[in-house]
Amino acid sequence: MSKKILLSGNEAIAQGALDAGCYFYAGYPITPQNELISYMAANMPKAGGVFIQAESELAAINMVFGASATGTRAMTSSSSPGMSLKQEGISYIAGTQLPAVIVNIMRGGPGLGNITPAQSDYFQATRGGGHGDYHCIVLAPSTVQEAHDLMPLSFDLADKYRNPIIVLGDGMLGQMMEPIFVMRHASRVARKRITKKWALTGCKERNPNVIKSLYLKEGALEKLNLLLQKKYKIIKEKEQRYESLHLDTAEVIIVAYGIMARIAKAAVNKLRAKGKKVGLIRPITLWPFPETLITQILSGLHKKKHSPLFLVVEMSYGQMLEDVKLAVNGKAKVEFLGRAGGGIPTEEEIISKIKRIGG
Amino acid sequence: MKKVFSHPRSLRNIPTHYCPGCGHGITHRLITEIIDELNIRERVIAIAPVGCAVIAYDYWDFDCSEAAHGRALAVATAIKRVRPENIVFTYQGDGDLAAIGTNETIHAANRGENLTVIFINNAIYGMTGGQMAPTTLLGQRTSTTPNGREAKFQGYPLKISEMLAVLPAVKYVERVSLHNPQEVLKAKKAIKQAFQNQIDNIGFSLVEILSPCPTYWEMNPKQAMDWIRDAMAKEFPLGKIK
Repeated sequence: MSKKILLSGNEAIAQGALDAGCYFYAGYPITPQNELISYMAANMPKAGGVFIQAESELAAINMVFGASATGTRAMTSSSSPGMSLKQEGISYIAGTQLPAVIVNIMRGGPGLGNITPAQSDYFQATRGGGHGDYHCIVLAPSTVQEAHDLMPLSFDLADKYRNPIIVLGDGMLGQMMEPIFVMRHASRVARKRITKKWALTGCKERNPNVIKSLYLKEGALEKLNLLLQKKYKIIKEKEQRYESLHLDTAEVIIVAYGIMARIAKAAVNKLRAKGKKVGLIRPITLWPFPETLITQILSGLHKKKHSPLFLVVEMSYGQMLEDVKLAVNGKAKVEFLGRAGGGIPTEEEIISKIKRIGG
Repeated sequence: MKKVFSHPRSLRNIPTHYCPGCGHGITHRLITEIIDELNIRERVIAIAPVGCAVIAYDYWDFDCSEAAHGRALAVATAIKRVRPENIVFTYQGDGDLAAIGTNETIHAANRGENLTVIFINNAIYGMTGGQMAPTTLLGQRTSTTPNGREAKFQGYPLKISEMLAVLPAVKYVERVSLHNPQEVLKAKKAIKQAFQNQIDNIGFSLVEILSPCPTYWEMNPKQAMDWIRDAMAKEFPLGKIK
């Protein structure tokens, strides 16, 4: 049975991970994600799992590497400066094809920045972030309920593709409290140790397993890279996720994700009430970016006479904008509204921007 | 006829990439003999370092993981915590354990993780071509201390084993050497103790092994063994530290 409880976004993510059978968490304190690590400290041992406050972000991500290498569902969380430190480990996790879930509750940057909400780590999350040719699947919740619900999906995708998953939220989503339904997964205990034939468990009655990303023989590393690219192609084909509003009639389509999409949605509703033909695309996966939807819109599958105009709204200075432009590929006009470093585009700013661009 | 000598089951019978006179081969052999003697091969999970022993998993015939440079003890911590029934050890060089991974080393030790650590101290970075290590001796010439290590600029050889021994959660620290057969036997005894401690749930156990690197010490193998005895063991005294 499910029940409705009041949780912050950070706590909802932690609870969602526990519901997904996450059995290992290591983290390091950083604002604005501290409720997450505290929630894990209190509740992971009760769920029979392992909680470790690591000595650094480097240690935390490498602990996740180790736990995952045994086939255990494992996660860590941090905020922007801490995510920069984790990139080495994420690259190794991608290279060894280990499943792992990494939560980034973004704050303002660059450098130490501040602790206000931001979306400035979009490039870092969607382009790989660390060294080498790799991608993380990136999921972006926009409500506390969704923050909870995307966690079981994250762990499932991580296991399915043996790939790191980044859950990308921001300080506002992490801190705000909302009543949510928490599903108690009946399969939680069973999921603690899903049999993974590659996992390190001791070589009893089988040949030894090795977890590695080092390939020295000629051509061997290229072979691994081609395998990864093949995997990313399948992910791109199968895992694009989004929410959309009024696309069939929209003359202006706002593209926004996470908490920014909620603000945009409020603007869309106000404009719609005034008869303005405005729609919304809210990418739920940032990588793979829902480019197929945009391609379909522009190729007339939505039966439109004229190309709509796109307006990208972000709490950063034109990062997702690049993915929208790549998907639009010159076939429609793409406008931009963004603020960062603590500035958040408001409903009013979105409405006046749409008026200025002729919506 | 009684069989008195055989190749360890846990050590694959293939040539290694190590240089002539290197100590890694001796240490691999000791570890695998001990794993066979303790009958724990099917329980072992080893963490290979970044350094000359980076492909130790090609030689060891049991479950292994790589770790990013310096992070072996973070990886090992998590493996042991989620699978306490396994026997988990790290194999790390001086750069890995006492320079880039010092933080992971100190905190895994301070948490008292029930792990076995095999620490190869050869006073040099081997794989990258002979640069200064945290354990490089004063006056020792390396490619990054062309005039010899000077305390004024590079500080002193880092005695990480003595530093770890002061931590209450650390249960066993011993420094051994490979410079002659008697010392090799002592090394084997210490390594076995470090594994037995984990089996008995005693806690964090580390064996530091003074190990020859003739190639980057620019010596022949015999000179390298003698240099351990005459120079290294003076700076890093042998014996049980804790």
